[in-house]
Order: sequence, then C-alpha cells, then structure tokens
Amino acid sequence: MQFDLDIQKTLRSGRRSFHLNLRLQSDSERLVILGPSGAGKSQALRAIAGLLRPDSGRIMVGGAVLFDAAQRINLEPQARRMGYLFQDYALFPHLSVRQNIAFGETPGWRNPGTQASSEGVERWLAAFHLDHLAHQLPGELSGGQRQRVALARALVAQPAALLLDEPFAALDPDLRVVLRGELDRLQRELALPMILISHDVADAEVFGDHVVRMQDGATEGATEGAIDTLDGPALILAEKQTQE
Amino acid sequence: MHPTWTALALSLKVACWATAIALVLGVAVGFLLARRRFPGRELLDTLLTLPMVMPPTVLGYYLLVLLGRKGWIGQRLQDWFGINLIFTWQGAVIAAAIVAFPLVFKPARAAFETVDGRLEDAARVLGISEAGVFLRVTLPLAWRGILAGALLAFARAMGEFGATLMVAGSIPGRTQTLSIAVYEAVQAGQDDIANTLVLITSAVCIAVLLTAGRLAPGRVAHR
Repeated sequence: MQFDLDIQKTLRSGRRSFHLNLRLQSDSERLVILGPSGAGKSQALRAIAGLLRPDSGRIMVGGAVLFDAAQRINLEPQARRMGYLFQDYALFPHLSVRQNIAFGETPGWRNPGTQASSEGVERWLAAFHLDHLAHQLPGELSGGQRQRVALARALVAQPAALLLDEPFAALDPDLRVVLRGELDRLQRELALPMILISHDVADAEVFGDHVVRMQDGATEGATEGAIDTLDGPALILAEKQTQE
Repeated sequence: MHPTWTALALSLKVACWATAIALVLGVAVGFLLARRRFPGRELLDTLLTLPMVMPPTVLGYYLLVLLGRKGWIGQRLQDWFGINLIFTWQGAVIAAAIVAFPLVFKPARAAFETVDGRLEDAARVLGISEAGVFLRVTLPLAWRGILAGALLAFARAMGEFGATLMVAGSIPGRTQTLSIAVYEAVQAGQDDIANTLVLITSAVCIAVLLTAGRLAPGRVAHR
C-alpha cells in the first residue's frame, strides 16, 4: 500500500470548530485530493508532513508508519523525509536560490554558504535551468522560477514522497500547462510517490491516477467505514464544519 | 584617568552589560510571547512593559526593596554567596537592564510575529532541528528589528539616571556614570565639566540613533 491515511482532527478557532476526517487507502503513486478551498486539504497535507498532530488515526506512506495514535507513534517532521511544496513556495527570502536548494543538505545551526555545492544541488540547478539564477534572492524571481526552486529544494533532500499544496495556483494559466507537463515527466522519471492537493480539475486530469474528492460538509454519512479501494469511485472523505 | 573619562568608561561598561542582558532575555521572552499561546500572555506582556512607563525612581525603589540587605533577593545573595549589589556598578547594570529590557523585547516580539510560520515549517520538513530553524530562519529574518531595539536599549541604558542613582548611588570612579556626573557637576557649579559631559553624551546618543536608523526594518539591504 502506497498511502494508508486515517486522519482525525478537530481544529478550534474561537467558537468555530472544524472537523477533519480523512480516510483513504491507495496503491497509486499519484494521488490527487480535489476540493474547494476551506475543505481542509492543506491541513490534511500538514498532518502527513508532521506539522499538524492528528487527534487519532494512522498515517502510512510507502510502508513506513509516520503516525499511529494507538501505538503512540508520531515521527517528527524532521524524520519523515517528506518533500513539501508549499502553496506560495515558502522560499527563504534571505537566502539565494543556491542556498535555498542546499538548505536541507546542510544540517546544523548554520545556513549553507553562498557557494554551497553538492552533486544534488548542481543536478537540480541544471535540471530546472536555474544555474544563471543561482545567486538571486527569491524576491527577484518569477512565479515559475520560484516553483522550480521550491521543487529543487525539496528534491535535493531525497524525500520518500512529495506533498504538493496547490502547486500551480500562483501561476499564469499558460505557465500552468507548461509546469504541469514538467512535473508530470519528473514524477514519472523519479517514480516518486506524490500527493497533490488542488481545487483545479485540470490538475486531477494530468496527475490523477487516483482522485479523491474532499468537500466541505459533504456526505456526513460517509465518515464511517467508507474506505476506498483502488478502482472505486473515490469519495471517501467527509468533512464537516459546525458552528458551536 | 581624568574623572570625565572614568565616568564615560563606566557608563559604556554598564550600558554594554545591561544591553547584553536585556538582549538575551528580550529575545527569549519576545520569541516565547510571539510563538506560544498560554493564559496570561498579554498580562505578562503588560507587566514586562511597565519599566518603560514607570518613573525610574519607582523602579529603583522596587529594586532597593528586592536587592537591599533585608530584601527578598538581596538577603539570600548575601547569605549564600556573600554578594551585595547595592552601591556597586553591577547594581547599576541590573537597574539599567530592567529599564532597557522593554525596548528590546517589544520590537523582538513584533519582529518574530512578522516571520511567516510556513518558512519555519519548510525548514522542519527539510530535516532541520528546532534550534537550527531558530538560528537559520527565524532569527535572521527578525534580527533587524531586534538589533534596532538593542541599540535603543543601549542608548537608554547610557542615559539611565533615576533607578541607577537609587540602587548604585553616585560614588565617583565606582558607580558615578556619565548622566549622574552631569547632575553632580551642575549641583557643584562646575559648568565646564558639565559642558564636556553633556557634549560627550550627546555625541554618543546621536551615533547610536543614526546606527539604529540604518538598521531599522524596512531598509532591506540586498547582499
């Protein structure tokens, strides 16, 4: 099983509470979670990366148990080896493109130097045509270039899987098509398991070997026991938002 | 050494130590208040800001009560370590550090709050330890605001008068800082000494403010 996810979490903000309830199993290397904004997709991705601790459930990626409430297993985000692409890319604004990409390869308390180099850094700088931008700061880059830097930064760390949060939302429509193609080829080449979350059906068409829909307040009845199998239609998730 | 230079040297020594103490504590408390949610957070913020608005003599009195021979802390220091802080330059450091503390911790909290938490998350996911995240992402993005605050704290510590006089007194060569020396000189009618002291103090303060202005947030330098 590539992904085995069972995530329950109640989030509270003031008097509002939001219940995240995601259960899905998939053998596919390319999983797309599709849903409108506010459906809790990002929170689900954060839970997989270890940035949000579920109240209960179990998270397995590629056979490795990352979280299991029953067995009191909860790996730190540092130990999960997830390549995370944030929606606005979250590049470190004080570091150059090269330093950003070398960031995860440089452990300890000091940032990589301006000349930081390694096989991985050079490989991804070249692969994404970023060589000539290596000394620029993220603030000086275009949207597409930022996305490539963020991808390179995640890939240099040799992740066990890629988690992509609306990777194309910040881009122009034309560029979106180009970069979808790039990511598509890249994923096939690396055979790296990935979960992509999006509100855009076009993303699901390109990457959705397995598409899961996540909806605000959708079929409350589906919360229990609706575990998806690979070929089945993929509505597995229930989500509800209540005012208390 | 000429008494004027002795006073200046003492003022600089006291201000440096006070700033260092205020900086370490201010960064720690500012980070805590910016990143952790706990009951009484805003009350703590208010209490720690008090030294900025209270008359320094009131602070000095509090310190005397706490650090004096019969004080809650002073008596223990005396009994356990044989340390007495009253009428010493170390006492002046504590007085100046407390007065300067809000000038560091306020901007430090504000600076930490402007750092996007997702950048810290991005570093965590890349395998960087919490200490590494703080030193490599949070602090570099917040340091301008913190440093500007530290320079103001230094200037404030240089100019400290009320609390210092209450706690450390005015012993020439030992606890008589520049600002206290000015007061003594004027009281004694030594206008020439007062003039020199005032000019020196003004020059130091202008230099500090100019430096602080260059480091203030908003002036982002590209390396």
